[in-house]
Amino acid sequence: MSPIKILVVEDSPTMRQFICFALRRLPGVVIAEAADGVEGLKKFNLENFNLVMVDINMPIMDGLKLLSLIRKGPLNSKIPVLVLTTEGAQADRDRALSLGADAYLTKPTPGSVILKTVKRLLGIVE
Amino acid sequence: MEKPEAEIPQTPDDRAEKEEESKVSQRAQEFLQVFKKGAEFTQELLRINEKLRYRVVRLEEENNDFRRAMQPETAIQDLERRIQELVREKEELREKYANIEQENQDFAQRYVEIEEENNNLANLYIASYQLHSTLDYREVLQIILEIVINLIGAEEFVLLLRDEKKDKLLVVAAEGISQDDFPAVTIGEGIIGKVAETGENYIRKDFASPEKTEINNPLVCIPLKIKEYVIGVIVLYRLLRQKTQFAEVDYELFTLLAGHAATAIFSSRLYSESERRLSTFRGFIDLLTR
Repeated sequence: MSPIKILVVEDSPTMRQFICFALRRLPGVVIAEAADGVEGLKKFNLENFNLVMVDINMPIMDGLKLLSLIRKGPLNSKIPVLVLTTEGAQADRDRALSLGADAYLTKPTPGSVILKTVKRLLGIVE
Repeated sequence: MEKPEAEIPQTPDDRAEKEEESKVSQRAQEFLQVFKKGAEFTQELLRINEKLRYRVVRLEEENNDFRRAMQPETAIQDLERRIQELVREKEELREKYANIEQENQDFAQRYVEIEEENNNLANLYIASYQLHSTLDYREVLQIILEIVINLIGAEEFVLLLRDEKKDKLLVVAAEGISQDDFPAVTIGEGIIGKVAETGENYIRKDFASPEKTEINNPLVCIPLKIKEYVIGVIVLYRLLRQKTQFAEVDYELFTLLAGHAATAIFSSRLYSESERRLSTFRGFIDLLTR
């Protein structure tokens, strides 16, 4: 079975650890981490990921910009993108979804909810 | 030429005798034929008789079976016994099903509880791990902000630390509130000052935050304590819009922050101080040894 590769783009080390802690419950998962949009884009272009998780508010390049750049790639339209942010306004949610996000979660969210959403996006049956 | 023997002339008695013998012989033949047929017929009758006997035995057996089966009392009793067995079996199965259903519900409930506990422990573990992951004072403050934003879900809050010389609380970090506009808080004065004095958590009963943030009307005050000594206070004014109430884990996080954030701040300050002093001593020694 090939590993599940997930890219986590999040500027807060605490949240990165929190997300990774939740995702490690997926068997055979390989997680790559990035602290901002630019680093995230570099890593995204180097490997084939099964899923990308992005925060919106990040230094250098925010998550929405990263999301739009990811979706511009011709082969990237099918890669699920999960947005995890503190921005709880409907307008932010709509904007992220219109840019191509597949799911939108607001912080604080339990690790189990993150895991469940990731499983759903990856088509993993519980 | 030989002379032919002369025929003896038959008398009438001789002829009658011969006729009589011929008749007897013919009748004997007829009788023998009849006797043979009779014997064959008898054999046939014996075979049929044997078959019929066998058939009779079979029919008697069948008849007995039918009789046994058709005996009304036994049949009803058998059926009643079977019905009772089935009813008992059904009751047992129903009971088992109910027990399994109950067990299933218990497991599901337990699973939810464990999942929640797991989530809570993950939050606490990560908060604690991060707080003690560095001895850099600025980093510790940043981690406290991250925990309060991301794990508790606060939008506006400040972190105040006790100034030993002035005996006041001064803002060292803030989110959503201007740090410069936040006044120093005297120990024992107002809600924040009282929390610093008593070391008791404060949580406002009215959860809804006012339109404009009021410095003296915080939502939550968490004293940062080393044993019973308060070194600072985290003051929350407003939560993120999606955060409508505190969860169980938030209170656990308040308790964790009260102890671990305090020690993390204290040890990082001591470390910074000792580093600064070490650097000064090294400077002196360099000066003296030149």
